[in-house]
Amino acid sequence: MKIIISNQSELPIYAQIREQLKEQILNGQIPEGETLPSIRQLAKEVGVSVITTTRAYSELEAEGFVATMQGKGSVVLPRDNNLLREQYLLRIEEGLSTAIETAKTIGMSKGELTDIFHNLLET
Amino acid sequence: MELLEVKNLSKHYKSFDLKNISFTLPKGYIMGYVGANGSGKTTTLNLITGMVKCTEGEVYIDGLSCGEDMRAYKEKIGYVGDESYFPEHFKIRHIRTALKDFYPTFSTDRFNGFIRKWKLPEKKSVKDFSRGMKVMLMFASVLARDTKLLVLDEATNGLDPVMRTEILKLLQEYVMDGERSVIFSTHILSDLENIADYIYFIHGGRTVLYDAKDELIENFLLVKGESAKIPPALKKELIGLEEKTYGFEAILPSDKAELLGNAFLFEKPTIDQIVIHYIKSREEQ
Repeated sequence: MKIIISNQSELPIYAQIREQLKEQILNGQIPEGETLPSIRQLAKEVGVSVITTTRAYSELEAEGFVATMQGKGSVVLPRDNNLLREQYLLRIEEGLSTAIETAKTIGMSKGELTDIFHNLLET
Repeated sequence: MELLEVKNLSKHYKSFDLKNISFTLPKGYIMGYVGANGSGKTTTLNLITGMVKCTEGEVYIDGLSCGEDMRAYKEKIGYVGDESYFPEHFKIRHIRTALKDFYPTFSTDRFNGFIRKWKLPEKKSVKDFSRGMKVMLMFASVLARDTKLLVLDEATNGLDPVMRTEILKLLQEYVMDGERSVIFSTHILSDLENIADYIYFIHGGRTVLYDAKDELIENFLLVKGESAKIPPALKKELIGLEEKTYGFEAILPSDKAELLGNAFLFEKPTIDQIVIHYIKSREEQ
């Protein structure tokens, strides 16, 4: 498990922790059944506040990546392939939306944009 | 569970008033008490430690008020200031003896452990210690006792980055068991910002902002751009607008972000930036 915090990132620190843990759970670097370090342990190791790590963990829990068990800490749940697919779908949509927004700012037509899309798919 | 409760704390001096300071700090958390020089930070901390008597208000540490049992109250507090409070001609062995006589929970073993760990010179007098050594000696003397609350008044001023990092780790270890808390004052947070759970910001003896640090950072945006392009509706909302030759910088509440349009650059602020612009806006009033 690794977490690298950037103070330059536009993402708040709790979101950086959440995203990095999510990524490592999704690609299997943090295996199912593994217990994550405690909220306070992680805060100390990463050098961030307890409130920050608490928020990262509770959001991971809300999104179904970990379950917090009394006395055992936060345990990584089995990877749900639908969840995985949904996560990636969201990222694809985000990427495409950015492209569409950028195209709009220079007044590009739908046709031109889809041409670029198809050309890129071929390469 | 609250470790520190401060209720409507006020202190009246001839030339300065501290007014209605109220906050709570739960067990196991760290609070940064920030403001400019002369804003009332030291006065507040001195009221908390019982060094100074308040004009109005109450302070509870772990449920105990200082009026009930002063000795037990002070036993719960570890205080580190920006100046060494040890007699200048003392050597470490004199300090060890004095602390052992004075504080029932003082552990000689723990104290010696810190002295060795931080390589503090046993043979020198305190007056020949560097600024960093004096600070670490104060930390050794308070961490060798069983305290509940660390009160740090500008304790990291003038320390090099390596030492600041060491202290950061110490504070996080202190709150690790979830039973003890830290309140530190500073006029510049810089690296301390990351570890603070709560921020209390005062100016001129009055509360300006008090919230969880993560909330504060989310509630504001740092906005930059060309001064000439600021529409009146936006100008009203900008806090501490600083106009420079080649552009402006200000703080904007995040819920007013729709006023920005596409003409300005905005980013996540640091607490120091929020503080600087708020002070600027208060001083213009």
